[in-house]
Amino acid sequence: MMNTLESAGAPTLVAARIARLQRIQDFLFHRVTQFFSLSVLFALLGIIGSLFVNAWPALKEFGPQFFITPAWDIVNGDFGGLIAIYGTLVSSVIALLIAVPLSFGIAFFLTEICPPPLRRPLGTAVELLAAVPSIIYGMFGLFVFAPIFGDYIEPALQATLGQIPFVGILFSGPPNGIGMLCAGLILALMILPFIASVMRDVFEIVPPVLKESAYGIGCTTWEVVRNIVLPYTKAGVIGGVMLGLGRALGETMAVTFVIGNAQRISASLFAPGSSIASTLANQFGEAEAGLHYSSLFALGLALFFITFVVLAFAKWMLISMEKKQGLKS
Amino acid sequence: MKSFLKKALVISAIALAPTAYAVEMTGAGSSFIYPVLSKWAESYKAKSGDGLNYQSIGSGGGIKQIKAKTVDFGATDAPMAFDDLQSHGMVQFPAIIGGVVVVVNIEGVGPNQLKLSGDLLSDIFQGSVTDWSDKRVALLNPGMKIPSGPITVVTRADGSGTTAIFTSFLSKASSNFKEAVGFGAQVKWPAASTVSGKGNEGVAANVARIKNSIGYVEYAYAKKNNLSYTQVRNADGVMVSPTAEAFAAASAGTDWSKFPGMNTFITYAAGAKSWPITGATFVVLYKKPENKSQAAAVLKFFEYSFKDGKKAASELDYVPMPDATVDYIRKQVWSQVDTK
Repeated sequence: MMNTLESAGAPTLVAARIARLQRIQDFLFHRVTQFFSLSVLFALLGIIGSLFVNAWPALKEFGPQFFITPAWDIVNGDFGGLIAIYGTLVSSVIALLIAVPLSFGIAFFLTEICPPPLRRPLGTAVELLAAVPSIIYGMFGLFVFAPIFGDYIEPALQATLGQIPFVGILFSGPPNGIGMLCAGLILALMILPFIASVMRDVFEIVPPVLKESAYGIGCTTWEVVRNIVLPYTKAGVIGGVMLGLGRALGETMAVTFVIGNAQRISASLFAPGSSIASTLANQFGEAEAGLHYSSLFALGLALFFITFVVLAFAKWMLISMEKKQGLKS
Repeated sequence: MKSFLKKALVISAIALAPTAYAVEMTGAGSSFIYPVLSKWAESYKAKSGDGLNYQSIGSGGGIKQIKAKTVDFGATDAPMAFDDLQSHGMVQFPAIIGGVVVVVNIEGVGPNQLKLSGDLLSDIFQGSVTDWSDKRVALLNPGMKIPSGPITVVTRADGSGTTAIFTSFLSKASSNFKEAVGFGAQVKWPAASTVSGKGNEGVAANVARIKNSIGYVEYAYAKKNNLSYTQVRNADGVMVSPTAEAFAAASAGTDWSKFPGMNTFITYAAGAKSWPITGATFVVLYKKPENKSQAAAVLKFFEYSFKDGKKAASELDYVPMPDATVDYIRKQVWSQVDTK
């Protein structure tokens, strides 16, 4: 009796063979997929390694001061990364300052106010902005946007905001169209679809019952978004903003076209400057082996580091927020 | 559909099949020479069957590639130093001449009207002359009405032979510029108003748009974009206009035998008719090439280009090398290349 019971579940010979085969298949499959995912890690380490090796001569020559020195003199071999790092950060911050409120408005409208027939076409239009290649933004920026910007918008800004003491410095100088502010605006246009579509997606996952309860007790649409939707989706919203920031930091072609490419730090946002990515794009082709070449790699390392910090910060914020929410409820 | 595909494949196979003994030369470097080089290569291929694969990656890149021996020849707008050539066992020769012109955007000033000198240009590009109402501008342009306005300096953002030629001219014309800025494919422009554009088209677009701006582009770009180019005073103290004859005169005014390895920018050349901001693109070869038949093919190609490519060059607003210079190249440079 026991024997038959025990042997009842035992595999037949054929089944055992199949099982063995499947185990081998599984094993191979695991190893192969593991190799694929590890190769990403190795590629990442390889990139960091090669960046560092190539940047080493410049770092050795200038020391850590390289990253806080505003110098870029190719003829005399005097290099520092501050100008480009400053340009990268300022243009990205301008882009965020413009793109985040706009994206919020778009997502807000699309999820809460928009009449259903309009929802799809409008949403698709926003997403299509992301499909425009960045070189197109650059050409549009240089040939179409910058002239209009320089002829009408910048003089208007100068006549209004430029008159305020202290703030006015930001809007001083000749209104040429191209410069830090123009680069920030084009960047804002480029990262807008990323932030807006992430925001819209996370706004949509808010359980209807929460919103309906709020509406039920007489909340206005704004109150619902402020007190229900935003707190519920905080993590996702910040994720979307960071995604946009990541893109803005590394954007190359469009920025190269409109930032003015001057190796200088100016107080005015109208003045031309340069970002890390634009400096690399402009100068790599003609850089000869030596300090110049190595300094460009050091700039690349700085960009890598900045993007890494931004992403790490975003992750850390999301985790700590989730923890806090977990403690509260 | 299938038969169409098959047909297309067969046709392309026939078209792409190398003819017997056809050589595929490779070169890399200067983007300045690229348009005329591809024109030459096209007609040369039709005639001889030998093709040229040229990568327009910039002068610095061309030198890197020839040093790495990945190409048969390199092309650079800034000639290599003689010592550098010697230590690598290389020779160079100029293959084409072109002019860089100064362009301005000042209300009421048309092409070929404004007159400028090297000294004044040096001070404008260094930012010490900041307004068109400056006395020195008026001094060079008596009787001309030039509206006042703050000058915006437009330069190249990317490393470029055009910048090398222009800064070489400024360094020769003004010792002050040579000390403060120097010359090279990329320099640090000191003027506070400097805006930089990517490529000739970037500079041309900026000058066309920014009022009271001044920049420098290849002659062809100024012509294409209808920009107001200026006259510039040459080494002989004569105001000259940028024309093909003036570019050719600069080459004729250069005594190549004085420069070992032909290492000279032909900027600020002697001669009353010489355009002072003329440049040449140099082709760099190994004296003892690893692949002799390839090197022989390259020399044959340039022999053909010098002889039969003049019209193509002029059509593209370049200036072909004068016969005297070609003769010098044949005797002094090509004779050093071991092709047998």
